[in-house]
Amino acid sequence: MIEHYSSRRGLLRATGTAALSAVAIGILGDAPALARAAGKEPGVAANAGDIDILNVALGLEHEAIEAYQIGAESDLLQKPVLDLALLFQGQHKGHRDALAGTIGQLGGKAVQPKSRADYMTSLNIAAIKTQADILRLAQAHELGAANAYIGVMPSLGGKALAQVCAKIAADEAAHWSLLTSALGEALPKPAFMFG
Amino acid sequence: MRWALETAAAVWLAVAATAMAMAPSGDPARGAKLYAANCGSCHSLDANRVGPAHRGVYGRKAGTARGYAYSPAMRGARIVWNEATLDRFLQNPQAMVPGTRMGFRLTDPARRADVIAYLRQQSR
Repeated sequence: MIEHYSSRRGLLRATGTAALSAVAIGILGDAPALARAAGKEPGVAANAGDIDILNVALGLEHEAIEAYQIGAESDLLQKPVLDLALLFQGQHKGHRDALAGTIGQLGGKAVQPKSRADYMTSLNIAAIKTQADILRLAQAHELGAANAYIGVMPSLGGKALAQVCAKIAADEAAHWSLLTSALGEALPKPAFMFG
Repeated sequence: MRWALETAAAVWLAVAATAMAMAPSGDPARGAKLYAANCGSCHSLDANRVGPAHRGVYGRKAGTARGYAYSPAMRGARIVWNEATLDRFLQNPQAMVPGTRMGFRLTDPARRADVIAYLRQQSR
C-alpha cells in the first residue's frame, strides 16, 4: 500500500477518483452547491458537514507537515530516522493535497496552515530536547490522526469519502507502527489497535 | 391537576435517577489514555489547536474557550458541558449541534464515560 502511494501523483489520482465519484453530481451540474444537497441520499454523495470534517482533517495534516519540518530542522534527527520523518512528511503532503482538492470540489474553502509560531506553542516544541522526544510527538500525532480518521467516517455523507479517510487512516497507522518500532516499544497485544 | 403534575415530576425524577445510576461510571486514568489516543490529534488541555483547549471544559458554556475560533453553530449553542451533554455530543456531535465542525464520534459508552471523567478531573 505504501509503495502504491509512494508518488504524490498516485495518491492524488486514487483519492481524486474516489472523491470525484462523491461529488460527481455537483460537478456535472456545474453547481458545487449540489454536492452539498446530494448528501440527502445516504451513501451516495457528500453532505454539508463533509466539508467541515475534511477541513478538520486538513488542519491535522497541516500540523503534521509542520511538526515533521520542525523536527527535520532541529538537528536532533539522525539518519535513517531523518529519512523516515521526511518520507512521512511527504505522505502527509499527499494527504493535504488530496483533502484540499476534495474540499474545493465540494465547493468549500480549504483551511490554511497556522504560523510556525502557533505550532511551536501549541505543540510545546520548547520541551523537545532529543530525537526520542520528536519520535514520541510524531508517534502520538500519528495515533491520534489514525483514530480521528476512523472516528469521523460514520459522520461522512458518502461512502467514497469514507474510503478516502480509510486510506489516509491506513497511512497514519503505518507511520505509527514504524515510529513505535523506532522507539523500541512493543505493539499492543489486544486486537483493534486503532479506533 | 397539581397532583398530576407532582406525580409526573416524581416519575421523571425517578427515571432520570435510574438512568444516571445505570450510566457507566468513568475512570479518569483510563480516560487520560483514551483522550491522548482519540482526542489528542486535535485537542490539548492547555492549547487551542485544530480544536479548542479542554482544561475547564467541564462546567463551561459551549463555544467559549478563550482565543478559539468556533463555528457559528457552536458559538450559538446553548449548552453547558456536563456528563449528559458531553456524552450526547461525543456520541454524535453533528446530530447534537448541527453545523459544528467536529465529526469525530466516540461510539463506545464506556469509553465516553472514561473520557468525560478525565475532562471533569482536569477541569477542577
